[in-house]
Amino acid sequence: MSTLAIDKSGPTRKVKYGSMRRSRAWALRWSYFFLIVFAIFSLTPPFYMLITSLKSSAEISAATNPWWVFHPTLSNYIELLGSNQYIRFFLNSAMVSVVVVIITMLISIPAAFALARMKFWGSAMLATGVFLTYLIPDSLLFLPLFKMFSFFSDWTGIPLVNHWYVLLLVYPTLTVPFCTWIMIGYFASIPKELDEAAIIDGASWLQTLTRIFIPVALPGLIAATIFAFTVSWAQFLYPLVFTTSTDQLVLPVGIVTTLIKGDVFNWGQIMTGALLGAAPPLIIYAFLMDYYIAGLTAGATKG
Amino acid sequence: MADVAFQQNRIARATSTRRGSSLRYALKRKSTAAFLMTLPLILLIAILVVYPAFYSLHLATLNKSMQKFVGLGNFQFLFRRETFWLVVKQSCIFAITAVIFKALIGFIVAHFVHNIPAKGQRKWRGMLLVPWVIPPAMSTLAWLWLFDPSYSAFNYTLSLFGIGPIPWLGEAGWARFSVILVNIWYGAPFFMIMYLAALKSVPDQLYEAAAIDGANWWQRIWYVTLPMMRNIIAITTLFSLIVTFANFDIVRILTNGGPLDRTHLFATWAFRVGIEGSDIPLGASVSLFMFPILAIAAIFILRDISKRGNEA
Repeated sequence: MSTLAIDKSGPTRKVKYGSMRRSRAWALRWSYFFLIVFAIFSLTPPFYMLITSLKSSAEISAATNPWWVFHPTLSNYIELLGSNQYIRFFLNSAMVSVVVVIITMLISIPAAFALARMKFWGSAMLATGVFLTYLIPDSLLFLPLFKMFSFFSDWTGIPLVNHWYVLLLVYPTLTVPFCTWIMIGYFASIPKELDEAAIIDGASWLQTLTRIFIPVALPGLIAATIFAFTVSWAQFLYPLVFTTSTDQLVLPVGIVTTLIKGDVFNWGQIMTGALLGAAPPLIIYAFLMDYYIAGLTAGATKG
Repeated sequence: MADVAFQQNRIARATSTRRGSSLRYALKRKSTAAFLMTLPLILLIAILVVYPAFYSLHLATLNKSMQKFVGLGNFQFLFRRETFWLVVKQSCIFAITAVIFKALIGFIVAHFVHNIPAKGQRKWRGMLLVPWVIPPAMSTLAWLWLFDPSYSAFNYTLSLFGIGPIPWLGEAGWARFSVILVNIWYGAPFFMIMYLAALKSVPDQLYEAAAIDGANWWQRIWYVTLPMMRNIIAITTLFSLIVTFANFDIVRILTNGGPLDRTHLFATWAFRVGIEGSDIPLGASVSLFMFPILAIAAIFILRDISKRGNEA
C-alpha cells in the first residue's frame, strides 16, 4: 500500500514538472503554426501580384499552375514604365501626396502646438472637435463637396473639378485632423519646464515651436508625415469623383479606369501597375516600420 | 571668487528683468498667437468638413435638377424602393460581420505574436501588417484577379481537391462572402497592432498573480487580459465600425455593387445614384443614412475622452 503511494507520488511530480515545460513548448509550436497560417493568408495577394506581374499574357491564359511562373519576363514592367500615361499617373500621385504632406504639416503643427500649450477659450472643445472630424468618412462628404466645387467654378471661373489640384483641397480634410490629434499628444508629453526655460531665455512662441517642440517631438512628426503620405497615396474615392481626364488621374484611379478596358482584363499589366503603385508605401513601411506603427497606435493610446 | 559671485548675481538680475518683460509680452499676445496658429485648421474644418456636412442635409431636400425644394420627398422615395432596404441590410451585415471577425482574428493573432520569443516578434508583426500598408485599391485588384471566374487561382487550387468552380463574385451569397473576406484581410492587421500594443502594456505581475492563484489560460484571458484591454478594444472596434460602414473601395472594385445590387453598401450606392446617375440630392440622402452610426460612435468616444480627462 505504502510502496504504491510512493511509486505514484514520485512520477507524478516529475510529470507535472515536465508537463509544464512541455505544454509551453506545445503552446509555442501552436503559436508558430497559426502565425504561419495567418502570414500565408496575409501575403497571398501581394505574392500573387508579383507572380502575375512576371508572366506573359500567353502564360496567364494557359492552363498551368497559376501559383508559379515558369517563364518569367519583365515585359510588363518595361511596357508600363515606358508608357507616358502610367508615368503621368505616378507623377500626379507623387506630386499630390508630397504637396498634401507639406500642407498638412503647415496646418497641423502650429495648431497642435497652440492646442497643447496655449490654453485659450474653447481650446479643449476645438481639440475634441478635431478628433470628431477625423471620424467623418469621405463617403459622406463627396457629394456635397462635388456640388460645392462646381458652384465655386461657376462663381469664380476657376475650374476645380477635373483638375488634379482639387485633390490638394480635399485630401487635407482626411489628413489634418488625425495629424493634429497625434501631434497634440506628442506635444503634451513634452515637459513644461522645457518651454518655460526657452521663454525665460527670451524665445518667442515661434522660436519655442521651431527650436524646442519640433526637434523634441520629431518621432511624432515622422509618424504623422508617414500617415499623411500613405493616406493621400491610397485615397480612391475623391480622385474617382473629382477627376476624370486621363492626364489628371492619380495612380489608384488611373489603374482601375485605364488598364481595365471594358471586359478585357490585361492582368499582367494590372498587377504590375498595382504592385508598382503599392511600392512607395511598402518601401516607407519597410524602412520606418516603428514610426509607422507608432502613428497607427497613437490614435487610440495617446491623448 | 567675489568677482564670479558678482557676475552671477548680475546675470541673474538681468535674466529676471528680461523674463518679466518677455513673459508679460508673451502673455499679452498669447491668445492672438494661439488664434492665428489654429486659424488654418479652423478654416479647413469649417469650410471643407462642417459646411459640406450641413450642405448635404440641404441637398437631400432638393429634387433631381436641384431647382425645387421637395422636403422629405427623397426619403419617401427611398423608403418605397426595395434596393434601398437591400442596401441597408447589406451595409449592416457587411459592417457587423467584418468588424466581429477582424476583432476576433486580430485578438487571436496578437496573442500568438505576443506568445513567441520577443526576438522574432518584430519580423512576424512586420509580415502580418503588410495588408494594411498596401493601398486598398491596389490590393483589391489582386483579390479581383484571385477571384477571376475563368483563370481563378482559388478555383484552380480547389479543383485539385475535386471541389467544383465557385462563382466567387457571380452569385449573391458568395459575392457578399468575398467582399467581407477582403475587408477582413485588409482590416485585421490594424486590430492586431492595436491589441499587441495593449497586450504589451498589461503588467506581468498580474499574470504571475493569476498563475499563483491557479488560473488556467482561459481564466487569465477572461479575468486579466480582457479587463485591462477593454478601453482599447472599445475604441478600436468603434473606429473600425465607422470605417467599415463607410467602406467604398473594396465593393466598388470587386463587384461594383453587383450581382443585381446584392453587394451595394451606402457609399457605393450613393456613388452610383449621385455621380453615375447624376441625381446628387438622392445620393446625398443615401449617404446621410451613415450619419446615425456616426453620431452613436461620437457619443461613445466623447464619453471616453471626458472620462480620461477626469482621470488625468
